[in-house]
Amino acid sequence: MLLIFLRKLILSSIAALLMYVFIANVVLPESFGLALDSYTLTIIGKYLCFAMLAVALDLVWGYCGILSLGHTAFFALGGYAMGMYLMRQIGDRGTYGDSELPDFMVFLNWDELPWFWFGFDQFWFAVLMVFLVPGILAFVFGWFAFRSRVSGVYLSIITQALTYALMLAFFRNEMGFGGNNGLTDFKDILGYSVSSPDVRVALMLLSGCGLIGCLLLCMQLMKTKFGRVLIAIRDSESRIRFLGYRVEYYKLLVFVISAMIAGFAGALYVPQVGIINPGEFSPLASIEVVVWVALGGRGSLVGAALGAIAVNAAKTFFTGFYPEAWLFFLGAIFVISTLYLPKGILGAIVDLGAKYQSTRSTSLKESCS
Amino acid sequence: MIPTTSSALYLDGISVSFDGFKALNNLSLELALGELRAVIGPNGAGKSTMMDVITGKTRPDTGTALFLGQHDLTRLDEARIANLGIGRKFQKPSVIETLTVWENLELALAGNRAPWEAIFRIMCSRDQSNIRAVAERVGLTDTLAKLGGDLSHGQKQWLEIGMLLLQEPEVLLVDEPAAGMTDAETMKTAELLKGLAGEHTLMVVEHDMEFVEALDCKVTVLHEGRVLAEGSLSHVSSNSEVIDVYLGR
Amino acid sequence: MIFFRLLVPFILMFSAQAFPALDGQALAKASFKEKMIFIEMLTMDPSDKASKVLQYWLDGELAYWPKIGGMVRNVKEGRKYVLKDLMTGKELETVVSKKITRVKTNNRLRAELKQVIGFRKIASPDVEVRYAAVLELMRQPNLELLPKLLDRELVEPDLSVNTNLSILIGLTQLESSDSFVQLEGLERITNVLSPEVKDVLNRFLLRGDLDRIVVDRAAEILVDMERQLSYWGMGQNLFYGLSLGSVLLLAAIGLAITFGVMGVINMAHGEFIMLGAYTAFVVQQFIPGTSIWSLIVAIPTAFLVSGFSGIILERSVIRHLYGRPLETLLATVGVSLILQQLVRSVFGPLNQSVITPDLLSGSLNINAAFSMTYNRIFVIIFAIIVLISLWCVMQRTTFGMRIRAVTMNRGMASSMGIPTKRMDAMAFGLGSGIAGMAGVALSQLTNVGPNLGQAYIVDSFMVVVFGGVGNLLGTVVAAFSLGVANKIIEPFSGAVLAKIFILVFIVLFIQKRPRGLFALKGRSVED
Repeated sequence: MLLIFLRKLILSSIAALLMYVFIANVVLPESFGLALDSYTLTIIGKYLCFAMLAVALDLVWGYCGILSLGHTAFFALGGYAMGMYLMRQIGDRGTYGDSELPDFMVFLNWDELPWFWFGFDQFWFAVLMVFLVPGILAFVFGWFAFRSRVSGVYLSIITQALTYALMLAFFRNEMGFGGNNGLTDFKDILGYSVSSPDVRVALMLLSGCGLIGCLLLCMQLMKTKFGRVLIAIRDSESRIRFLGYRVEYYKLLVFVISAMIAGFAGALYVPQVGIINPGEFSPLASIEVVVWVALGGRGSLVGAALGAIAVNAAKTFFTGFYPEAWLFFLGAIFVISTLYLPKGILGAIVDLGAKYQSTRSTSLKESCS
Repeated sequence: MIPTTSSALYLDGISVSFDGFKALNNLSLELALGELRAVIGPNGAGKSTMMDVITGKTRPDTGTALFLGQHDLTRLDEARIANLGIGRKFQKPSVIETLTVWENLELALAGNRAPWEAIFRIMCSRDQSNIRAVAERVGLTDTLAKLGGDLSHGQKQWLEIGMLLLQEPEVLLVDEPAAGMTDAETMKTAELLKGLAGEHTLMVVEHDMEFVEALDCKVTVLHEGRVLAEGSLSHVSSNSEVIDVYLGR
Repeated sequence: MIFFRLLVPFILMFSAQAFPALDGQALAKASFKEKMIFIEMLTMDPSDKASKVLQYWLDGELAYWPKIGGMVRNVKEGRKYVLKDLMTGKELETVVSKKITRVKTNNRLRAELKQVIGFRKIASPDVEVRYAAVLELMRQPNLELLPKLLDRELVEPDLSVNTNLSILIGLTQLESSDSFVQLEGLERITNVLSPEVKDVLNRFLLRGDLDRIVVDRAAEILVDMERQLSYWGMGQNLFYGLSLGSVLLLAAIGLAITFGVMGVINMAHGEFIMLGAYTAFVVQQFIPGTSIWSLIVAIPTAFLVSGFSGIILERSVIRHLYGRPLETLLATVGVSLILQQLVRSVFGPLNQSVITPDLLSGSLNINAAFSMTYNRIFVIIFAIIVLISLWCVMQRTTFGMRIRAVTMNRGMASSMGIPTKRMDAMAFGLGSGIAGMAGVALSQLTNVGPNLGQAYIVDSFMVVVFGGVGNLLGTVVAAFSLGVANKIIEPFSGAVLAKIFILVFIVLFIQKRPRGLFALKGRSVED
């Protein structure tokens, strides 16, 4: 009961925040002074994207027991797909003024656009790729991994190896994704300047709606029999096999859905922060996502979103004021959340509530008798 | 033995070894359609391994395992075998503890197992009444909303049996169904299983000799991974070898 | 002295003492033909000063300075010249070009000077100088020097200089147009394996004036040389692979205990390696210099430092998480972050370098295509020693037997009186301690930094998983095969791609054989 209440509370607070921004920044004139500045907007937008990524991870980890240490790979791939569109939109306004080739390709003395860059000048194509590329990678990887029943820690380690390999690959200039520097210096999105306040507001609102949409979609999905099969897989994989369920298909489907959500989050993230580079693939970044989910409370979806926002807010605070202490803090969260908060903040609140309720009911009974 | 379509299960020359230990040693066994068969034997005789082979969990090193004389069980995986119509109740009750009894039964309910189906199909009233009927039959009507993990050991056994029934399998492999049950429940289980015979084929593994007696069926004695004796209970229990290795003097 | 000069004036021209009398003005004003004679003259003079004059002359820095009436070194600086004393290099004055007469050269003189300087060095008393000079002359063998080289060969005392001198003579003989001399030269370079010699041979074969028999012999030698070069090249790759494999083995073998035997996922394992490497760095602050002792002290110290850290980690965090591998993974990631930041705060974010002891610096050069650096040889041997000692500990001691008993059947071991909890901590300490020793070995190959462990953690897990969990032999085979495979692919694809290939290969391999190369088969490993 308490969990359902908390879910509604968190969902409605996100909705309220979006309403506020919509009214203060869009409806009301600027003279009211309620509007958020674009720095704050970008930070909130960033958190919302991270929250979406956390929801994606919670979907596979919290409900299906697949601890992916490579989820930022899907996030980054979605981001790169969007980044490629934004690069193509720069046109001849780059440093070298080449209307066709992005700056880094001119710098590398490339004569023409590599084949995988074609189509990215079209927004619809880029959006398609935002979902397709992470989805296909997840499908291919999952197809092999789940069919051969790699699970548990082994799966975690090979997902980490996968994202590590991708990071090394994207660091190479020859890959054609800007190497070390990644993709940056974006100018326009759909004809509007990415740095204009209106676009900032729109992107932030879109991230918020995306997050709420993802949360509702995933919650709905988990209410169906599909969700129950996933929980059964998480808790008793072999049993559900003997009931005739093809565990690998279920895992594959949820993994692909999760990867697409992560890709979508990455695509919203990139125009807001204005850069995507191979650092996003780093194994450490992936593990950080896991701790957002663990801290917030896995298997509850909103908990993941809450954890993502909380940890990132702390990160912004620490890296701003005590950069030395940030890793100590992050490390401590890892240890504390696994040792003392196995169900995360949300789970702890629910447990506390249940305890309170049971003590109250027993004391009520005692006073009656 | 020549496989015939009349045999529900046909095992011939099955051998399985784990790191040199022969869990099954040239095991041959045949179950006719509609037959009820009790399998007994000491610990380590290979009873569970035999079920693992039939349900696709373990691949035999050598041997043939046929279902209905046509499906080669040694080549199929668990899900496929389950969908063909072989249901299994585990020795250790392994209901899904974080789901309610109702949800456990719902997962077991016969039907399409594809993910899309699981997302978009809405349970029809016939399925619901089907689940209720089975719950009634195994005495779990009052506990439908309870979590699987909160059930007593005996209730878990009943839930397992209920799940097995809802799967509507051709062949039922039942591993120690009476463990953790009261005497009255044990007899009720025996009656239930006997009632299923004919329409279904059953293989029941059990240690409780009273239960086996109550089943009143052909008995196979396993020892060291092979069949030691086969026949009526009175026949096998007079076999001196069986007495030596299992029943004791 | 004056008496001596008067007595044998002719010798004076060619003797050391004669040089101060060398007329700088005459040299500066001489024609190119006359300058040749001056070079001849200087050749006879073995003094250091003569060497310097020749060298500066070649470099275009020799000048006559009328103010002192002698030779000086001039270094152009902008439009002016800084004049320096020939011998001491002391700066004398900065002048404009009019004030001095520079000794000019042409190409012919320059070539002559080069030869002369090179040859002077060949006769130098310093072995190193002779060695370098021989190599220098190999670049452009000069037939005219042949008789002098042959003479030198007879008296050259140093073996390695003599070997190279023989090659030089061989190469010089190839310049000849006499078939017999050419053949003689070919025989001298038959078994020489160096890319340079191969180039010379290739160019030699392009000459149109060769005898049939010479061409045949040269071609034969060339084919043989190419075959041998490729063998040695493969051997070199194999050596690099083995050394990488040893590093992987050292990094992974501790993990094979904690992950493979105890089933604990320790993501802070890399940080224990890093702690070991920093221990080597700290020990070196106390035992500075290039003595082997700092390394000898560092190895057990690092074992203790990392081992104790491991025991603390096990007691404080991991023991609460047994049976929950994913949680253990997360908690230890947290610990690894804390350790990294701790080291960064104490030692700073920059890489520190640990000085390699004298004994381990340098390399064993077999030939031009194959050499083994001593520090890599050390790492290979060290890995093997660690492996053997670990095997002995696990198989031959009560401690090892108890650890194995606890991992095989905890309940049974406990009921037999084995303190299982203490064994867990000890085993974890052992695994972590080995990681620390791996860190010391790594400090000999690379710089030490807070992120050192990060670079090895993924690789180490790959090795353990590839080899098969719970199997030390599998870990060894996996470490060496991955190391060698990496170094064999590297020449074709580059280091980064090689690494990606290996990672992708393992990811695919795990899907085919989820339990690694040497999987334990049996009911105990199911579920």
